[in-house]
Amino acid sequence: MSKTRMAAAAMAIGLSIVSAPLVAHHGGAALDSKDITLKGTVIEWFWSNPHCLLQFEVKDAKGQAVRWVGETTNPIELTRSGWTRGSFKPGEQVSVTLRPAKNGRPVGSIRSVLHANGTVFKRDSGEYPGGPAQ
Amino acid sequence: MPRRLVVVVPAALALSLFFLGCSPTDRPAPSGASPDAATPSDPAPAPIRDISGTWEPANRPGDGTQAGGVHNMPNDGAPEHALPYTEYGLATYKSHKALEGVDRVPSAEGNDPRNLCEPLGFPRATHYNFRKTQVLQNEHKVVVLYQFAQTWRLIWIDGRENPKEIPERRWYGYSAGKWVDDYTLVVETVGLMPEDRVWLDATGRPISDQLRVEERFHRVNRDRLELTVTIDDPKMYTRPWLSMDKFPMALRDPRTDIQEMYCSPVELAKYNELYGEAVSDSDNTDSK
Repeated sequence: MSKTRMAAAAMAIGLSIVSAPLVAHHGGAALDSKDITLKGTVIEWFWSNPHCLLQFEVKDAKGQAVRWVGETTNPIELTRSGWTRGSFKPGEQVSVTLRPAKNGRPVGSIRSVLHANGTVFKRDSGEYPGGPAQ
Repeated sequence: MPRRLVVVVPAALALSLFFLGCSPTDRPAPSGASPDAATPSDPAPAPIRDISGTWEPANRPGDGTQAGGVHNMPNDGAPEHALPYTEYGLATYKSHKALEGVDRVPSAEGNDPRNLCEPLGFPRATHYNFRKTQVLQNEHKVVVLYQFAQTWRLIWIDGRENPKEIPERRWYGYSAGKWVDDYTLVVETVGLMPEDRVWLDATGRPISDQLRVEERFHRVNRDRLELTVTIDDPKMYTRPWLSMDKFPMALRDPRTDIQEMYCSPVELAKYNELYGEAVSDSDNTDSK
């Protein structure tokens, strides 16, 4: 790649970052009040900040593939609950319980994931196992 | 033992412990216990003039997250949590479009500098994702290592005063501490960034370059540290107030792993693209 092209690419990446909407992690105001469970195939497990994301494909009632995105929490809290960067790989089967967005888009906040190998990943309880430190 | 060796060996040992972040007062791991496990009761007395150690919020891991506002004064609309804004302070608060708190806005309208991965600065480092915190100490200084954004700051304890004239504004300011008793270090921080660069907390409470922060680190016993933070900013508030009041921190095993927690513009952009923007549509229907 020429220096000019590299500079242009770098600028494009920079602009895309700067111009990204100021959207960030926040409370559950945008979510429905009931959880649903979806069975699907993992597309990508994105271990990242601010929150980790699980992309998976679900067949709808008409057999059409729908790409869902489930939000979890940050790597620190997930690690505490036994999740890892390698918890899910593309092609693996999962059953995802999540609270979907109110607007009907295929996104939601994950409560738990049942992996095909029987492992259950639960969202962090937010508490220490033995309660507050004395 | 030769006299020179008597001096050199303890000094080398102390220096090694300092840079390893392994204070002699760090609590050893109970046999078979996870380094992350909450410490049991039966604490030993506090060491004298020593706040070093690996500390974590004692009540629950996320007690220092403070997404809804500073711990002692959450931004929840309760009358007892209303802050004593000056006229300018209130106007500045209203210009901040926070994604958290009682006056939160839809996600796409937010203007929190955090969402550009700007430095949190101080005292927001203590008011946001305040998690595992390592404190290193020698005769000259206390070094605080925050987990979020891998950030550190210095507190001088060698008797110096903070500068009267600020050479340059800093995200983490200038900090000088004094022991008011054998178990309490009081730290004053000044010289912080102006209001167009930093927020006090995730709900958009303002601070200015006139801010003076007092931290009171009180070591209750070997395993417990309490932190009280006073916000004194005459530009924004009519009187000083407490943002944290005896916030309890528990001592952890010095071998405890400190996981990274950072703001990455690339990861944040992908998060927004995959999730934030899609869920944000919902925000417009019910957020204020």
